[in-house]
Amino acid sequence: MQLDNKIPSGPIEDLWEQHQFEMKLVNPNNKRKFEIIIVGSGLAGASAAATLGELGYRVKVFTYHDSPRRAHSIAAQGGINAAKNYKGDGDSVFRLFYDTVKGGDFRSREANVYRLAQVSLQIIDQCVAQGVPFAREYGGLLDNRSFGGAQVSRTFYARGQTGQQLLLGAYQALERQVNAGTVTVFNRSEMLDVVVVDGRAAGIVVRDLITGEVTSHSAHAVVLGTGGYSNAFYLSTNAKASNATAIWRAHRKGALFANPCYTQIHPTCIPPSGEHQSKLTLMSESLRNDGRIWVPKEIGDDRPADEIPESERDYYLERRYPAFGNLVPRDVASRNAKTMVDQGRGVGPRNNGVYLDFSAAIDRLGATTIKERYSNLFEMYERITGEDPYRVPMRIYPAPHYTMGGLWVDYHLETTIPGLYAIGEANFSDHGANRLGASALMQGLADGYFVLPYTIGDYLAPLLGAKPVPTDHPAFAAAEADVRDRVAALLGVKGTRSVDWFHRELGKIVWDYCGMARNEAGLEKALSEIPALRAEFHRDVRVLGENETYNQSLEKAGRVADFFELAELMCRDALHRAESCGGHFREESQTEDGEALRDDEHFAYVAAWEWNGQGTEPTLHTEDLKFDYVSLSQRSYK
Amino acid sequence: MEITLRVWRQPGPDAPGDFETYRAAGISEDMSFLEMLDVVNEQLIAENREPIAFDHDCREGICGSCGFMIDGQAHGPQRGTATCQLHMRQYTDGAEITIEPFRANGFPIVKDLAVNRKAFDRIVESGGYISVATGSAPDANLIPVPKATADRAMDAAACIGCGACVAACPNGAGQLFTAAKLAHLNLLPQGKPERYTRAEAMVDTMEHYFGSCTNMGECSVACPAEISLDFIALLNGEYAKAKLRSRRA
Repeated sequence: MQLDNKIPSGPIEDLWEQHQFEMKLVNPNNKRKFEIIIVGSGLAGASAAATLGELGYRVKVFTYHDSPRRAHSIAAQGGINAAKNYKGDGDSVFRLFYDTVKGGDFRSREANVYRLAQVSLQIIDQCVAQGVPFAREYGGLLDNRSFGGAQVSRTFYARGQTGQQLLLGAYQALERQVNAGTVTVFNRSEMLDVVVVDGRAAGIVVRDLITGEVTSHSAHAVVLGTGGYSNAFYLSTNAKASNATAIWRAHRKGALFANPCYTQIHPTCIPPSGEHQSKLTLMSESLRNDGRIWVPKEIGDDRPADEIPESERDYYLERRYPAFGNLVPRDVASRNAKTMVDQGRGVGPRNNGVYLDFSAAIDRLGATTIKERYSNLFEMYERITGEDPYRVPMRIYPAPHYTMGGLWVDYHLETTIPGLYAIGEANFSDHGANRLGASALMQGLADGYFVLPYTIGDYLAPLLGAKPVPTDHPAFAAAEADVRDRVAALLGVKGTRSVDWFHRELGKIVWDYCGMARNEAGLEKALSEIPALRAEFHRDVRVLGENETYNQSLEKAGRVADFFELAELMCRDALHRAESCGGHFREESQTEDGEALRDDEHFAYVAAWEWNGQGTEPTLHTEDLKFDYVSLSQRSYK
Repeated sequence: MEITLRVWRQPGPDAPGDFETYRAAGISEDMSFLEMLDVVNEQLIAENREPIAFDHDCREGICGSCGFMIDGQAHGPQRGTATCQLHMRQYTDGAEITIEPFRANGFPIVKDLAVNRKAFDRIVESGGYISVATGSAPDANLIPVPKATADRAMDAAACIGCGACVAACPNGAGQLFTAAKLAHLNLLPQGKPERYTRAEAMVDTMEHYFGSCTNMGECSVACPAEISLDFIALLNGEYAKAKLRSRRA
């Protein structure tokens, strides 16, 4: 298979505008003749649905939540980047582009990233016009802050609830279209298969989570905005229901899966407190602006933080990276925390964290200022741990948070199945091997508001007059039967162990061998343990109840079954990529002082995997990455 | 700790329900309330009994999926805290806790502790937005918004849409949810053009699904986002002005 990324040629500054002109348009009066299915209602899905509905397309939105507003984008805390340069501190579209390519450790496409930086400007305009209550200065203009190691202040924020406010903006725009009759929302409806007819996406098969009814829906195009797959680790900062089933089912139907091993482990999360831990809670990265990270110098020093004198503390990020200090990129901060804990210098009752200390900032700025900046985060921390971060340093540890990998898409955000698009975290496109803070919200909204609505027209225009494939087509019947069989099989095992037990065990394997540091022996081990555990799952899982009711165990079982297959691909991809880059750290490939060492000669490509059936090795396809504007260099934050 | 739970079990929307009693042993004070329920559910599965259905997702207090009545209080005893953020250190060994779904005509029961809150979507759909076509917005800094106004709009916009306000209200009224959304949008200059049509549409839709507000204030006490009762006064004012204007027109 030849991967055509459809990137036009020309100077990078003009590519997107020029391409917008070159793409085919659908006449305003003809848009209502096209039906589009959107799966997922997070930032990407909701913004795409609102925009496409407003353009006049007939849109169906499917979400497994009880309301589109619940999607996990809502939990993003810190902010959204845009190259507005409102602070006059030297930001520009080119700088945001440059920072993103470099921050992604040179494993993303220049053309995609440049477009992202360009449309970031419009996103902020759009959101403000919608009423997103971003933080403001006393003069009434928008406030910005520096975030996640950026050297400029380009992050817009709404307290510690930026994701919530952006999602509500998109959700409200979506509901406006529901009111206008262009968008129909199907809530508590989970997509369980993509239907492909004559090589094109023809629709989806959906299970109603309340009644268990399985139905088919067809359209001219299908868009997946279903988020990432961090829950393959079981413990992650993702919401409990976040899952990979939609993209995995698309992968099994022929969509290539790109860079599955690129996962982001976020450095500032609350460490697990025991086996009962059901998920991990992120503490916004913005805390690193004012908090200092340290561990005791001595191994096994169990004294409370306030009894450890300054001279016996190791502010290891400030020591190792004087230029960036506590604001090094996420992957670097995470790996260093792991090193400290692995050395036995971890803090807290389970020695599984590092300190994030605000005492210096409180002395310098006063408790009132710190409270203004972080009160909701501090309160959240105290509710969870029972400790008051105004008095005792926070304990933090890295946790899986975001997945840069996802369905392979071209410049149009179209997967290798024509008519099937992937937007937001569900695709692999813009962040390379490591995502910068406050860039996920930017990408989700860029895809949904400003990219897909243009590119999808280019696909639809030639289909004018064609009706969607009718849902009584044999391909739909076959997909429905397959879904019903899978459901019946899971209910029919009647084994001895719960779905959560299997999920937790799978998560441990993935975390141990495909987490913050990976090596060949560990990955080989994971590749033998995962299929064995998967076989046990299908032999011994206990899913009680019936299909015809609200059955949460059954929902979970289907998702975990898909995580098993995806986890294997993550390990396979991590094994094949013998270099270190961004969030993918191969122990065999590091510099003398322990930093990630890329191998551009052999690995400057996107790894896109083709499904060949369970138990058969997938086929690797590659797309070479070229860097004409940002020259390849070793990242250094010293 | 060991906890005794009385839990409302109801197999479906139209099926009769009842309380069942479960004992949960080995509960740690570091567990969240939902993690305690996870433990109970694992126990039930081990005994071949169907686990308790309850809605939840982010478990960070922001998505608004979770929530039920804990000893008669929506989201339980801790102020400004969603159920998922309530932790077992609020309880002592041997505690007896009664859990039941949010009960309101506007929120039909789906199963056990899960309810249907679609009515909230209907209210937003009727006018809880600012009409702005994608790509048509002027530069974001063109319209300055006084910081105090932006902050107050944000106070209202912080609503997580969980429905605790309705569940806590003796009348099953939806005023606090509706007022929070209306205030968020009507306070901002961007929301002014549709100010009155929005107020009328949202209030009329709300009244279709929910009971009448008698200013008891229970809603604000139960609210995990601590939305102020003042916003209901704002809603009443906006609605009255909207009605007067439409009479004139």
